[in-house]
Amino acid sequence: MSMRPANFDYQRPTSLSEAIQLLANNDEAKALAGGHSLIPAMNQRLSTPEQLVDIGRLDELKGISTNNGTLSIGALSTHAQIAASSDVRTHCAALATATGLVGDPQVRNWGTLGGNLAHADPASDPPTVVLAAGGTLHLQGPNGTRSVSADNFFIDLFTTDLQPGELITRIEIPSLQGKKNAYVKLAHPASRYAIVGVCVVLEMNGNECVSARVAVGGATPKATRSPSAEERLTGSSLQVAAVDAAAEALVNDIAGDVMGDLFAPEDYRRAMAGVYLKRAVQAAMA
Amino acid sequence: MNVSITINGTVYERDIEPRMLLVHFIREELGLTGTNIGCDTSQCGACTIHMDGRSLKSCTCLAVQADGREITTIEGLADGDNLHPMQEAFWDNHGLQCGYCTPGMIMASTAFLKDNPHPTEEEIRHALEGNFCRCTGYQNIVKSIKAASEKMGG
Repeated sequence: MSMRPANFDYQRPTSLSEAIQLLANNDEAKALAGGHSLIPAMNQRLSTPEQLVDIGRLDELKGISTNNGTLSIGALSTHAQIAASSDVRTHCAALATATGLVGDPQVRNWGTLGGNLAHADPASDPPTVVLAAGGTLHLQGPNGTRSVSADNFFIDLFTTDLQPGELITRIEIPSLQGKKNAYVKLAHPASRYAIVGVCVVLEMNGNECVSARVAVGGATPKATRSPSAEERLTGSSLQVAAVDAAAEALVNDIAGDVMGDLFAPEDYRRAMAGVYLKRAVQAAMA
Repeated sequence: MNVSITINGTVYERDIEPRMLLVHFIREELGLTGTNIGCDTSQCGACTIHMDGRSLKSCTCLAVQADGREITTIEGLADGDNLHPMQEAFWDNHGLQCGYCTPGMIMASTAFLKDNPHPTEEEIRHALEGNFCRCTGYQNIVKSIKAASEKMGG
């Protein structure tokens, strides 16, 4: 006897507004997109929603495009589609990298960016990049539409600013073309989840770094920026001493928040966060 | 709920519980037991099938999500008595020991070769991250996939 989800009512609305209505009418309903976070949780009965609202076929939530230098990614875009998108490679290479490192090919084929960000698993890759890249999440709910910056979207472990009945419709990322950016990850060797993942976005003027955004995930309860590391990199020429100082600053910024487990204790993750910041800078400048 | 799912070219219509996983639909409703259940937790890849041409762990999909879609399972790969080149390559290169992971390995690798017909060994290993072989026979699995790619793509 193998695992099965508990019973639930299944709805497959044909429009976004119908989906939002269904979700707004039932506190115990959950949205089903690719299902690659939700169904494993349901199989283990960690999640037992009363109703599933299958949004997986809503064309309104699909497609990747660029408008006036802004990358727009429909919430239902799969990791595989994003990793293979030439628009994403051009305008946010770090996101193409990160989505290409999520789970395994089967997961990337069906798991979606919107579902991933809404789930806000601390060990996931895309939130770290969307945060470092200065992304904006467009949401739609029973009270209409609103947008939230990634800085304000991720609140805690599996916790976001999404309100009851709200869905992510698309994710916008300002083009990073011309800026150096990279995501690097220390993956758990079996699960491929991030033990530590670091994304850097560096704006260079000649040899000088004139602005920097740094985010870390995996080690922390949520994707987290490091203002001190950003300060150390900004105004520097990314010489070894400056990058070392930024790594130390990153470790200090997150020190109190780092989570550990039997496989990768806190101390190890802290140390690796610094190492992977240095690798991220190297990868961005390569 | 009524669903209509095409599996290996045949349309199957059934009235099922929404909570039925696709792997259970394939194995228990249709009796196609070539697709194995290894871990139940979306990790091992033994239940890998193709849905609309892309690899999927069928324990991580509700059968209702497959409604109207096209599925290929390991039973659908061979052309009558003629094995698929990937099946032949696993045979020729001793790509299996106990055989439990093999259907998933073959479904994952045939989907992978559609995206990347001429993979390097490293790319093959990266493509198999979602498939576990507990006999640890990876060397010959990788060798089989390499051989199949050479035979299929030239």
